[in-house]
Amino acid sequence: MEYILQAENLSKSFPGVQAVGDVSFSLRAGEILALVGENGAGKSTLMQMLGGVQKPEAGHIYLKGIPVIFSSASDAIHAGISMVFQELSLVNGLSISENIFANRQPVGRINNIQWKELGQRTRELLDRFNLDLDPMTRVKRLTMSNQQILEILKAISTGPKILILDEPTSSLTEAETVDLFENIQKLKREGMSFIYITHKLGEVFQLADRVMVMRDGKYVGSRIVKEVTEGDLVGMMVGREINDMYGATDRSASSRQNRFSIEGFTRKGFFHDVSFELGQGEILGLAGLVGAGRTELARSIFGIDPKDSGKLTLDGEPVEINSPKEAIDQGIAYLTEDRKGQGLFMDMTVLENLVAPVLKEFTNRFGMLVGNKITDNVEDRIRKFDITTPSAGQKVLNLSGGNQQKCMIAMWMGIDPKVVLFDEPTRGVDVGARTEIYHKLRELAKEGTGVVIISSELPELIGICDRILAVHQGQITGEVFRDEFSEELIMSYAAGIKNQLHH
Amino acid sequence: MSEHGSEATTAVKTLRRPGLVQKLIQLASFREFVLLLVIIAFTIIMTLVSPFFLTRLNIEAILLALSVEATIAVGMVILLISGGLDLSVGSTLAFVGVVTGLALTAGVSSLPSILVGLMAAVSVGLLNGVLVAKLKINPFITTLGTMITIRGLLLILAKGRAVLNLPKSFTVIGQGRLFGIQYPVFVLLIIVIGGDLLLRNSRFFRQSYYIGGNEKAARLSGINVDLVKIFNYCLVAVLAGAAGLMITARFGSSSLTVGTGIELRVITACIIGGASLSGGEGSVFGAFLGALFMGMLANALNLLGVDVYYQSFITGLILILAVVFDVLNERRKASRS
Repeated sequence: MEYILQAENLSKSFPGVQAVGDVSFSLRAGEILALVGENGAGKSTLMQMLGGVQKPEAGHIYLKGIPVIFSSASDAIHAGISMVFQELSLVNGLSISENIFANRQPVGRINNIQWKELGQRTRELLDRFNLDLDPMTRVKRLTMSNQQILEILKAISTGPKILILDEPTSSLTEAETVDLFENIQKLKREGMSFIYITHKLGEVFQLADRVMVMRDGKYVGSRIVKEVTEGDLVGMMVGREINDMYGATDRSASSRQNRFSIEGFTRKGFFHDVSFELGQGEILGLAGLVGAGRTELARSIFGIDPKDSGKLTLDGEPVEINSPKEAIDQGIAYLTEDRKGQGLFMDMTVLENLVAPVLKEFTNRFGMLVGNKITDNVEDRIRKFDITTPSAGQKVLNLSGGNQQKCMIAMWMGIDPKVVLFDEPTRGVDVGARTEIYHKLRELAKEGTGVVIISSELPELIGICDRILAVHQGQITGEVFRDEFSEELIMSYAAGIKNQLHH
Repeated sequence: MSEHGSEATTAVKTLRRPGLVQKLIQLASFREFVLLLVIIAFTIIMTLVSPFFLTRLNIEAILLALSVEATIAVGMVILLISGGLDLSVGSTLAFVGVVTGLALTAGVSSLPSILVGLMAAVSVGLLNGVLVAKLKINPFITTLGTMITIRGLLLILAKGRAVLNLPKSFTVIGQGRLFGIQYPVFVLLIIVIGGDLLLRNSRFFRQSYYIGGNEKAARLSGINVDLVKIFNYCLVAVLAGAAGLMITARFGSSSLTVGTGIELRVITACIIGGASLSGGEGSVFGAFLGALFMGMLANALNLLGVDVYYQSFITGLILILAVVFDVLNERRKASRS
């Protein structure tokens, strides 16, 4: 088979991150190439360069051996490369047809849109995918999964030779995924080539001919799917000893004093009768599937959401928490999984973010802020938490994901918490910054703070935690200590297959 | 009348023939249709109350009063659809009147004077458009600034005095009649019908929907976002200028205070007509109906001898009602799907 696309030494960096470094790979005609890698491995950036959305800093792209340079997405589309983006790019107020043929509506002599032809061409596309929808339906009336499929139709409608799909099944049901895969196979038989980014390794084996792995912005390797196992791929993706990544654990667990405990926490529809204890300096993990109720539990402990019943004890004293303010006053911090939406003030500076929860400490008796006290304190914390920023005056949105996360940690450590609830500590954070975050958590624990970590990534929990509680459908179904840690065991509790409660 | 309506019907006929009820429900989701029903009902009631309401004289009076606001509304709704906003239209309107008036009194003949006035409008539009599209300054702040600046500039130019005694060759465009109907009514109808056809069927004008609906996606679809934005600011400025010319010609003098507060009435008409301040929604026909409804309401209150102060009170209430209706309607649809 000939190569339809070749990429040579592509590089791209953003402030503070080398997103893609010196990546070369090639795509054969009529092939489905899966692209896998951890968050922040540079998959999306690499594809955006092929799709004309990002300009490479170095390197070349060849289409059928001819060098090409794209200065916009329409250049790439013109050359035969279409992309389906992770984020939806639809206009809600317009019809299905006008979304699919955005700015490419068939027009007559005076640039007037030919509605009839537009409707027919849309119908043909919809029929191909067995979608019984009226082309004139406005997009805001469609379900999420139909919108996702529309996004794919939009890309296909340009008649591409190469189609790049960035996690297209994230909001599709099982049946819709099967439909999509059938259609991809059909298009493949018609000669289309695919690059398929996915987090679901299962899909690689269902769909792809070849798989390529990226890590930390670098090309790791590519394999024929038939000759590789899931384990091989994970090894290639992670590619390092997990032990040194998470730092050494403090093994004096048994001698720990109780720092914090909850008893009988219940909120109807979310979690039921949850109790656990947390020792001084202990890192406790909450494992579970998405929707198991872990985030909701943390939010209720922190007083954002109400609870129906439940008692809290902090350092042996019963405490009552009904609002985040009361939680902060007691020394409990909650670091949300939604860093951009709820965790940080993205448009404000590092300095303004770091002092947000502790403004009261920096006011004089007239309620006015004292500037130099703030600056010293913030500079101090920027150093302590290794936040890479040109200055304290930099806006948080200009920092990399990892540095944003460190900002959020530094912000909350300002209240000198006794207990930290940390939801998805490394989501959207590249591997380098992850290690630093894990080490910060260790230091925190050594100082006696109790840490609760919620994470969907089991390897992360296994690496960092002293003890893991598995949560299934709002209840704790298993408790596992460090020396018995295994993914299978924890997963079987989290999936509800095993249950310690009903032994 | 509506592309959504008629096209949906033709497309549907060949595909799956929904029942009459379903079609009506579909239609009811379009603001233009609902507004049209309201206007018809309003007309029937008013005709019963006041026999003068549906006379030719009164209809002409409504349309004449409407010509200024509705002309600007055509430009404003296209701008709103693309996610923009222009508060400076009132100042531009007066500015064009003064510039043209000064040219006329300086002895320049009518057509060149009008062109000079419209050039002045284009320069305001360019200024607004470049500040918003290229420098990414918030449209509200940009046009608030130009609104105040231009109003000041025209006071400086006219040295604080209205420009009086404009020549007949110019005033005829505001006072002349065709088939016994004043010219501005024709200008209004041409701009509304032309604007509606263009916004529905021209690929260039439709780009505004993509920009207002999802600017990033619009760029990825190869739309020259900045160009369209600047064009839209120029378009609304030129239409404001045209409205200014019509007023100036009608009164035979360039007033310095004319058009004060008109920007908010125009935006109100657009929103009653289905546009949204967050962009991506609206139509020229809807904006016209919004302006028509407001004009009819003012006229009706006059006929009924209601105190003029109530007009603003009632118009405000209707704006709020229209928006609440929208929000509730969206919620109902969202909960159903």
